[in-house]
Amino acid sequence: MAMFDILPTAFIFFAGAIIVAFLPSGRIRSAISLLIPILAGWQVYNLPAGEFAQIELFGQTLDMMRVDKLSRVFALIFCLAAFLGNLYAWHVRDTVQQLAALFYAGSALGAVFAGDLVTLFFYWEGTAIASVFLIWARGTEAAYQTGLRYLIIQITSGVILLAGTALIWRETGSIAFEQMTLRSIGTWLIFLSFGMKCAFPFLHNWLQDSYPAATVTGTVILSAFTTKLAVYALARGFAGTEMLIYIGAIMTLFPIFFAEIENDLRRVLAYSLNNQLGFMVVGIGIGTEMALNGTASHAFAHILYKALLFMSVGAVLFRTGTSKASELGGLCRTMPRTAILCLIGAASISAFPLFSGFVTKSLIIDASAEKHYTIIWAILVFASAGVLSHSGIKIPYFTFFGHDSGLRPKEAPINMQLAMGFTAFLCIFIGVYPEPLYALLPYEVEFHPYTTGHVVGQLQLLCFALLAFAFLMKTGIHPPEVRAINLDTDWIYRKFLPNTIAILYKGFTSLWENAANIVKTGLRQILNLLHKIHGPEAGVSSVRPTGAMALWIAVLLAFSLIISYN
Amino acid sequence: MASAISSEPVHHIALTLSDQLPALQVLIPFVAAPLVVFFGVRSLAWPIAFLASLGSLAVSVLLLQSVIDGSEISYHMGGWAPPLGIEYRVDTANAFVLFLISAISSVVLAYARGSLKAEVPEKSHTLFYALYLLCLTGLLGVVITGDAFNVFVFLEISSLSTYVLVAQGSYRDKRALTASYNYLIMGTIGATFFVIGIGFLYMATGTLNMADLAERISEQRDSRTIRAAFAFIVVGIGLKAAIYPLHLWLPNAYVYAPSPVSAFLAGTATKMAIYVLLRFMFTVFQPEFLVEIKILEAVIIPFALIAMFAASISAFYQRDIKRMLAHSSVAQLGYMLLGIGSFSHTGLTATIIHLFNHGISKAALFMGAGCFVFAIGATSYDKLKGLGKSMPWTSAAMVIGGMSLIGIPGTAGFVSKWILVQAAFENGWWSFAFLIVLSSIIAVAYVWRMIETLYLSAPIQGMTAKEAPLSMLIPLYLMAFSTIYFGFATDITLEASKAAATGLLSGSSGLR
Repeated sequence: MAMFDILPTAFIFFAGAIIVAFLPSGRIRSAISLLIPILAGWQVYNLPAGEFAQIELFGQTLDMMRVDKLSRVFALIFCLAAFLGNLYAWHVRDTVQQLAALFYAGSALGAVFAGDLVTLFFYWEGTAIASVFLIWARGTEAAYQTGLRYLIIQITSGVILLAGTALIWRETGSIAFEQMTLRSIGTWLIFLSFGMKCAFPFLHNWLQDSYPAATVTGTVILSAFTTKLAVYALARGFAGTEMLIYIGAIMTLFPIFFAEIENDLRRVLAYSLNNQLGFMVVGIGIGTEMALNGTASHAFAHILYKALLFMSVGAVLFRTGTSKASELGGLCRTMPRTAILCLIGAASISAFPLFSGFVTKSLIIDASAEKHYTIIWAILVFASAGVLSHSGIKIPYFTFFGHDSGLRPKEAPINMQLAMGFTAFLCIFIGVYPEPLYALLPYEVEFHPYTTGHVVGQLQLLCFALLAFAFLMKTGIHPPEVRAINLDTDWIYRKFLPNTIAILYKGFTSLWENAANIVKTGLRQILNLLHKIHGPEAGVSSVRPTGAMALWIAVLLAFSLIISYN
Repeated sequence: MASAISSEPVHHIALTLSDQLPALQVLIPFVAAPLVVFFGVRSLAWPIAFLASLGSLAVSVLLLQSVIDGSEISYHMGGWAPPLGIEYRVDTANAFVLFLISAISSVVLAYARGSLKAEVPEKSHTLFYALYLLCLTGLLGVVITGDAFNVFVFLEISSLSTYVLVAQGSYRDKRALTASYNYLIMGTIGATFFVIGIGFLYMATGTLNMADLAERISEQRDSRTIRAAFAFIVVGIGLKAAIYPLHLWLPNAYVYAPSPVSAFLAGTATKMAIYVLLRFMFTVFQPEFLVEIKILEAVIIPFALIAMFAASISAFYQRDIKRMLAHSSVAQLGYMLLGIGSFSHTGLTATIIHLFNHGISKAALFMGAGCFVFAIGATSYDKLKGLGKSMPWTSAAMVIGGMSLIGIPGTAGFVSKWILVQAAFENGWWSFAFLIVLSSIIAVAYVWRMIETLYLSAPIQGMTAKEAPLSMLIPLYLMAFSTIYFGFATDITLEASKAAATGLLSGSSGLR
């Protein structure tokens, strides 16, 4: 194996993790795990564009470091996210979680820089294996089960990726990770694999299942990498694939309804994450320079504000032991700083002007308008309003305001506040002064977010949504159990939406349960049968009398003789 | 017989030591075995055995170096020219297997010194090492010889000593005696079939030299005698190679044998049999013969597929780590047979490289299992619970070996499975490629069960296990790391396997 011309960024994390493993648990260790992302970020920022660290294996070139503007912007935000996540987790003294976070971030970076599908596969599985420990670290039986389910899906995604790679290699003789078209089974498999990680509709359940199950700090770290890695991979491989526009549009829509009726705030955020991914996927599907810029910048901003929201809800969970909307409320009295920071995150995700979501999301929405996808445009606008409803209002309102739960927890620990404060600062900074971010994007940016049209349009949408919310809450028309409102369509759906959802939900759930039961009993019967045949007691693997064995050899000989004589 | 005497001039009468390497390969352990008994001193037994094994390792390395480019060495035993005299013939295929056998033997011997103390009483050690060397002699001899009857002789040397070695496990568990007895009966039937096959060949051709046989068989392929010989040889050797329904002797023999014997046999014995199968199918009977009779499609491939699944599933349900490994061996042999069945250059490359890679992986795993025997005297899952904490080094090595068994990229097991999948693709066997991957998933399951037992189960109350001594851990890690090493540095193994496959497929056996 040749030596590398430059050290792959992922290895900085891996080496760091090994060093961390040998340090005693404590401040030095936390400090080192902060230093690693800084080092890596510095390296990424200074890397020239090009392809480095190529190694020869099985006659194929593995390209460990493909640096261009697309991979660089994702790598930078990953370094930043790793830093913020580790700062937030400064107080954690759990070796497993600390190592897992570093390996996880390192694998995600490695995957972003992978110039060929085999390297991508390695890191793809790396993220899966490293991240599951963040879920298992919670130590409950439920978390263990959830982690297993998560791991199975993530590994399956990797295996499908490998299968697709093999097919593409057979077909073209190349394993380079480049733009693909959905023409062969191989590319379809890779598309499916990316889709699983990107939580496409019907492949999304792992996300809402696992993220709320992880530890307080683990969720923050989980939220940054896996899905955005998938977004990057789609942007690299399938930009301009029209189907993605419709998949993305569905992704922006359906989580809204589930987020409205969900009580666990971390799960609400997981649904909202899914919805935000939808915007990015639409951007990839449109595939114009503007849209891809939108996707990259939205991923950048999204990682920050989503992390901020998960951090603030995490801080509440850390202090109160619950993240259920129905058990929280009125915490702004004793956690004012967390409340304010949470509001900043909420404003960013709702795309208020001067906050990061505004300057990035409008790129995607405008790109859809520019290419005359009118219906898609409308869906995205509607989904934006939905975001405000469940993430912008529901999260802060039911946690820090609303009815007083009587809980009087302490303010969040200082390192959490620092992490949140820094993230919040970045959210506002990007919102106010987006040019540095725009300069990082893959293509030249000719976009001015702060035109009168944009600002007024967005404010109209937001203000009316807020007004409606306030009005409904004051007059009590809005039933208190359904603790959110659906803005544009509210006047149509107010009466029957909850019922429809309930019926649909019930129907779907029972259908799902029935199907799952059938599969389960089927599987159990198969397993029982296998056990009967192959188990230690019986059949195939039991200790046979010598005569039985001799019989077999006679049978096989007779068979071979017949075959030979024909 | 007179016609069989070669009219060619005798090539050379070897004079220098390097010319005598093929003979030394077998002679070193063969002479060392009686020496061990002759001295009869317990403290000398192990050093002699170990040195002899190292010596034959050195010889095999030299041999492999000189034939890795695809050339051949023909050595005439006692200066008698073949086909009348016995010929040793070294080409890439058998040099590679010789290297595997002597390497595993040396590492396992290093390991045996510590391991044996816990399993066999000291008074038997001297004889144990003598038998071990005889077994090694037999295995090496089978592989190196170019004479069909000589194969049988060496096969019996290795088998007879193996039966006794397996029976040594009776100090730990009396069932080793039945296991050994069963193996003896079965092995003898297999060897008898094999020698009957050889007899038929001799009847039809009047020669026993493989190269000579090849030539004469190609003249009378339709002969019923030849065809019957083929069936007898394939089934007889198939038993030694534990082809699926003929594998029944294997689990018990591996489970109850002393741990070093398990490791040695798992890494070499079935591999030797696979090599003999390859040699007879491709060199003696020639590829054209295989095309005519449908033995590959009708016997080898179906049973290979059954083995891949049935044995893997059995492995999953076992409650004992050694037994799990034994069943897994049967499944892995299925992959090798599938490679033979694919009847292509890539397929044979896969078989040969898997033979090597699986040999080292399984040896590492059985050595790890032996460390558990050393520490707690048992290998059943319910006794191994939570040992990952108290025996971290052994457990970690088991995980490495297990990963190679599954074929995780970066381990040796991946390389061979990757090539096997390629071979399946080359033949357009999409479904087989899928089945290979699917059966690997079962491997994930049974390896995971081991990992779960070691790491994720709560330790048994009051269980105090101490880590195995360094004298066992170092050989164990040598083997475990070599699975990783050969997962990355594929040059040697791949080059040798490719050259070996080319040699086999060309059907020629050299000098003629």
